[in-house]
Amino acid sequence: MRREGLIAGGLAGLHLLVLLAGFAAPYDPVEQTRTLPFAPPSRLHLIDADGAFHLRPFVYALAPDPDNFDSYIEDTAQRFPVQMMVAGSTYSLLPGVESRLHLFGVDAPARISLLGTDGFGRDVLSRLLHGGRISIGAGLLATLFALLVGIGFGTIAGFFGGRVDTAVMRLADLFMAVPWLYLLFAVRAALPLHLDTRATFLLLVAVLGIVGWARPARLIRGIVLSTRERTYVTAARGLGAQAPYLLRRHILPQTLGVVLTQAGLLVPQYILAEVTLSFLGLGVGEPTPSWGAMLGSLQQYSVLTSYWWMFTPAIALVVVALSYSALTSMVHERMRLAAS
Amino acid sequence: MRLTGSILLVALLSGLSANAAVPTAVAPGEDVLVERATSGTHGGRLVVALRAEPKTLNPAAAADAPSREVIGRMTGDLIHIDRATQSTEVALASQWKRSADGREYTLALRKGIRFSDGHPFDADDVVFTFRVLLDERTGAPQRELLIVGGQPIRVSKVDEYTVKVTLSQPYAAAERIFDSIAILPQHLLNEAYQKGAMGQIWSVATPAKSIAGLGPYRLKEYVAGQRLVLERNPYYWKTDSAKRRLPYIDELVFLFTGNEDAQVIRFQSGDSDVLSRASADNFAVLARDQAAKRYQLKDLGPSLEYNFLFFNQNDLSGKNLPQVSAKQQWFNDLGFRRAVSRAIDREGIARLVYRGRAVPLWGNVSPGNRLWINTSLPRTPRSVNDARTILKTSGFSWRPDGQLLDRQGKPVTFTIVTSSTSAQRTEMATLIQADLKELGMDVQVVPLEFRALVDRVFQSFDYDASILGLGGGDADPNGEMNVWLSSGSNHLWRLGQQKPATPWEAEVDRLMKQQLVTLDYRERKQLFDRVQTIVAEQLPFIFLAAPHILVGARADLANFQPAVLDHYTLWNVERMFLRPELRSARK
Repeated sequence: MRREGLIAGGLAGLHLLVLLAGFAAPYDPVEQTRTLPFAPPSRLHLIDADGAFHLRPFVYALAPDPDNFDSYIEDTAQRFPVQMMVAGSTYSLLPGVESRLHLFGVDAPARISLLGTDGFGRDVLSRLLHGGRISIGAGLLATLFALLVGIGFGTIAGFFGGRVDTAVMRLADLFMAVPWLYLLFAVRAALPLHLDTRATFLLLVAVLGIVGWARPARLIRGIVLSTRERTYVTAARGLGAQAPYLLRRHILPQTLGVVLTQAGLLVPQYILAEVTLSFLGLGVGEPTPSWGAMLGSLQQYSVLTSYWWMFTPAIALVVVALSYSALTSMVHERMRLAAS
Repeated sequence: MRLTGSILLVALLSGLSANAAVPTAVAPGEDVLVERATSGTHGGRLVVALRAEPKTLNPAAAADAPSREVIGRMTGDLIHIDRATQSTEVALASQWKRSADGREYTLALRKGIRFSDGHPFDADDVVFTFRVLLDERTGAPQRELLIVGGQPIRVSKVDEYTVKVTLSQPYAAAERIFDSIAILPQHLLNEAYQKGAMGQIWSVATPAKSIAGLGPYRLKEYVAGQRLVLERNPYYWKTDSAKRRLPYIDELVFLFTGNEDAQVIRFQSGDSDVLSRASADNFAVLARDQAAKRYQLKDLGPSLEYNFLFFNQNDLSGKNLPQVSAKQQWFNDLGFRRAVSRAIDREGIARLVYRGRAVPLWGNVSPGNRLWINTSLPRTPRSVNDARTILKTSGFSWRPDGQLLDRQGKPVTFTIVTSSTSAQRTEMATLIQADLKELGMDVQVVPLEFRALVDRVFQSFDYDASILGLGGGDADPNGEMNVWLSSGSNHLWRLGQQKPATPWEAEVDRLMKQQLVTLDYRERKQLFDRVQTIVAEQLPFIFLAAPHILVGARADLANFQPAVLDHYTLWNVERMFLRPELRSARK
């Protein structure tokens, strides 16, 4: 139970962090600091250059090394203590609600980049948190979309059977056979060049969802089909129950386990799909961050071999995917226990 | 097992060097070119990694860089541009004379020299070569260069070792057009030419003995998808100061890699010996373990390549592109282009995209081109305030949220398309996107596959703005004719003009045509300076940066003298040799 709580709590915390990215991130994710390209993660100090101890962690401002492109020298003349709840760049916390409050920060001219900066001097941590909004958001929305369509079609096919069943299931086969990556390439090529971030995001979600509904639809059809023949359903039908009542009261509740398991499986899969697409340049464009777009810079040999902090989106991705699969097996176990 | 393998490899390698062609002795009366102050040792092999596989070995058809790189080592030209000094020097022509009116050139050819298959070379080969290249059926890419003042040049035989070249009008730097025009062997190609089959000859798979040239190397072996091996031309017409025939190195191996990163990795691991044109970030990776891996790296300073942002100013009346043409009232507005230019952080581009290994540009001539740059062009620093003032004067205004609006109140938003294979140009676009955001412009960056990009820029005109680079060829302004003439094939911002669309383009046309027939360098320089000034004022291209040429070679390679002109590293391959005292140090 403690492990389960830990996973569920951790996952919830992670989602909250990403949801409140503007607050949790110290900087605007698209803000370029052109004097600090590929700066390594800021070092948090407790002991200053003179050997004195300070309770509050602090950082030093970085000065570019004039002889070397990506090496920096800490200017130890002045300490910049890390402060909580500071005013910084404006972001929108919720649609229509703007704020300038950030969880932590340091006074200018120093900058705190706990995960370093990218080639444009943009703070990687801020980009990671904001990028999670796109990556995880696309995963969740696409899953919701795929499940709703899947439940709809699966129930219709299973409940009505016969020709309707055959038609819907052949359609599902067709969708499972579609090479979705090429489909997306084609869709992107057919659309105008200029698509804003929101349109691209919705396009991603729609394509992922449309391609993915077939598998849950099949599973749900199977359950609906077998439940339909159960004696208590036949009895209810004999007593005059109509289709909507039967579905609501007797049949759909049986699919809950499958739906939850499918959700747990689809979310990380779709997050990965978003990462793949953005990595290939089919996702949201620059400068908006997403995990896949951030990982895209690793296609360059020099970035791959020189800057380890550019891998952090991959680490975040592994953590999220593993948490989801742990959550799924947890839900599955619970269901099994409850059923027995 | 391991031991057997290495013995086999040793046997294989020694077998290879035993087969290498032995240079023939210099015959009496053979008019060889003696490279003074050159002295080295024969032997060894040099491995070069190419980004792509050469498409052909046919000098009359090759247009891609890998093919030209290989063909350049297998062929000779009449008059050559020395890559180090950027001036012309004798080659197959041992001397040349210009007539007083500048329309006639008499070239004396080297006597007694032979093609790489041993067949003697004479004036008939030269006449044959130009007949083939100027024949429209051949479809040679060089043909355009050989047309002066609308007339093809005429090449005629005077005697066995003298040819006369006649131009229809005086032509500045006419001797430079002979550079890299490979002289073809008539005895091997006449039959194909008579049949009109010049386009099909000399593919990479052609047997080695059917190919001959006047270059330092000749074909030995081609393995599809892997490598192309050249061996020494035993009859090569250059010798060192000790009258020993060049080249020194027995074999030249070209490996095919997929892209620049693969090329760099092969070089770093010691699989290849020479690296042509690394990007600045890869150069930095190599520089980190330069000492341990025993290679020499060289930063040659600014190249002749200029990168620029340009807007679509094409005449779209025949096209159905309402979205693009609606934006053209901004793109055609000089104030708009000047504001964009003022807002771009060129220093930032040079520092972030090229890691400081580039120079910011305000004109089309890079500082790498010492003879032709107009140094008096203003190098206006970035100023967002000035840019805003210019926009205001041109009738633009701002919404309360900062978005820029045009005269009709339409928000200014456009797309910059770049090539997805050029990380540098996409990075430049990302920097420009942030720069223009400060002016309230909403810019999208769309990386496209290179062919799709070329199609949009040259054919469909379905784009708003793009970032490209030009200028890999000669340092002479004549190489720029097709960019600046309003009818030119690279007049990218407005292609296919029947007559100049603007007065300043008419003026540039006049200046470019005039410099072409002016023979005096000072006068030509004045004319070309004026062109640079007009272009910098009118900003059809918004110039960004010229990257440095960054190259490398194994440490024991002597006479490695890379240059900023095309064929950056291997241009003097015949003089390169491996220092024996260092040879064992690597690997």
